[in-house]
Amino acid sequence: MTTDEVQEQITAEFEAFDDWMDRYNLLIELGRELPPVDQAEKTNEYLIEGCQSKVWLVPEFRNGLLFFKADSDALITKGIVSLLVRVLSGRTPREIKNANLWFIDKINLRQNLSPTRSNGLLAMIKQMRLYALAFELKNPDKTA
Amino acid sequence: MKKITEIRKDFSILSTSVYGKPLVYLDNAATTQKPSCVIEAMNEVYTEYNANVHRGVHFLSDKASEAYENAREKTRAFLNASQKEEIIFTPGTTGSINLVAYSFGERFVKKGDEIIISTLEHHSNIVPWQMLCDRKGATLKVIPVDDNCRLVFEEYTRMLSKKTRLVAVTQVSNATGVVLPVKEIIEEAHRYNIPVLVDGAQGVQHGMNDVMETDCDFYAFSGHKIYGPAGIGVLYGKREILESMPPFQGGGDMIEKVTFEKTTYNALPFKFEAGTTNFPGAIGLARAIDYLRETGPEYIESLEKDLLSYTWSALSEIPGLKMAGGSVPGVPVFSFNLEGVHHYDAGMVLDKLGIAVRTGNHCAQPLIERLGLDGTIRASLCFYNTREEVDTLIEGINRVRDMFF
Repeated sequence: MTTDEVQEQITAEFEAFDDWMDRYNLLIELGRELPPVDQAEKTNEYLIEGCQSKVWLVPEFRNGLLFFKADSDALITKGIVSLLVRVLSGRTPREIKNANLWFIDKINLRQNLSPTRSNGLLAMIKQMRLYALAFELKNPDKTA
Repeated sequence: MKKITEIRKDFSILSTSVYGKPLVYLDNAATTQKPSCVIEAMNEVYTEYNANVHRGVHFLSDKASEAYENAREKTRAFLNASQKEEIIFTPGTTGSINLVAYSFGERFVKKGDEIIISTLEHHSNIVPWQMLCDRKGATLKVIPVDDNCRLVFEEYTRMLSKKTRLVAVTQVSNATGVVLPVKEIIEEAHRYNIPVLVDGAQGVQHGMNDVMETDCDFYAFSGHKIYGPAGIGVLYGKREILESMPPFQGGGDMIEKVTFEKTTYNALPFKFEAGTTNFPGAIGLARAIDYLRETGPEYIESLEKDLLSYTWSALSEIPGLKMAGGSVPGVPVFSFNLEGVHHYDAGMVLDKLGIAVRTGNHCAQPLIERLGLDGTIRASLCFYNTREEVDTLIEGINRVRDMFF
């Protein structure tokens, strides 16, 4: 599936609910389903510190694709983290760099990504793109 | 006495809806809402007599200057200060504290000296002193708290020494609502002639506004936390100390005579008010002070006391709710956590229910860390809140518990 197709899928899942509480319940459920990052990997290297909630993002480069494991100490944040992982994990660095994450606006999560919300999500997206750029620069032949 | 329904009509924002739910505004420790008379007073400045203060020969400038100086007089009376010259308008509490840290520090603090603060401080009563200590090679000493968030007074008395230049403490912890024994702190410091700065940002709106009674040497507060506009604040300082301090910033209005060789400075309070000040803000603040006087400080106190005990008992009944401040707070500010729920998650759900609370470390990271937490949910009430709103909060909290358990 392309990143757009995954985003369409996510949008459909959320648009089934009108009520914010139901949407949060879905995010909580998704947060619970996302496998936690091992305690050993929750180091400062992988920590994206927001002022309210923390996010851990662990990258892995395999066969020209970049995979992400991620976690958060707050469950709703973790639910949103799981959506970002779903859209961007297992893709080429170029796809990650170029992906337009339109689903965030579509399901009204923009508020959670404003710089002042400081939950680490905006920084997480930046970090995913930075990893993509770094892997591309380090492995010019594999990502061409 | 105005009925609560009448009071709420003075604050039109309180009747708005968010996400289709009636707004329940419980973030008053962050900022308070403004009564319509304050908004009107500021509108009047811009529509009827806007002109630069202390500068013009013309009608409007005279009128604006007069209103600005009246605002100073009203603020003086509100703080029970003895002279108008002791009231300096600043951009806010942070501005006031930075002014003292800079100017007092320039004159009185040198290498090896000590400044005392407490663990309960907001970052704005920590960082300016750290910067001063770095500049001068002085040391910052911190009065510890016990597990119930109460100041360990014996430790404080032990800290006071010949090296102490200033004590700077808050009246009320913004993160937990715990009230500090400011009067005793000042008495103790004065035994050694050490001046005390009181951060009144969280106390001024709860009737702790008498500088004569506490005998503090400096008092700082923000207009926006006392139903006035943002961007205006006050520094009260005893005249003798203010006179001995050099100016903070240079610019217009703070000078007496300028030549390229030498400048002499204006008298108090203008010495500390460089540049065009926020005079519409000061006028708005004075109107807020009038509003509180008209509503009645004792009446306001009784309303807040009722809310405090009502909220405390309601919160105490929620299973798994743990108050960060230990026992009952001194003002209606409640800081807590729900077992198994991240404070940020709770805040997000409450928001969608129309309930505005603050979550996180409340700009008091050292205190939150000392309490072994990484944040709390803070509901801060004031006299315009109602028992019904508290009920909505309690329902909201129960909803949060259901969602995360």
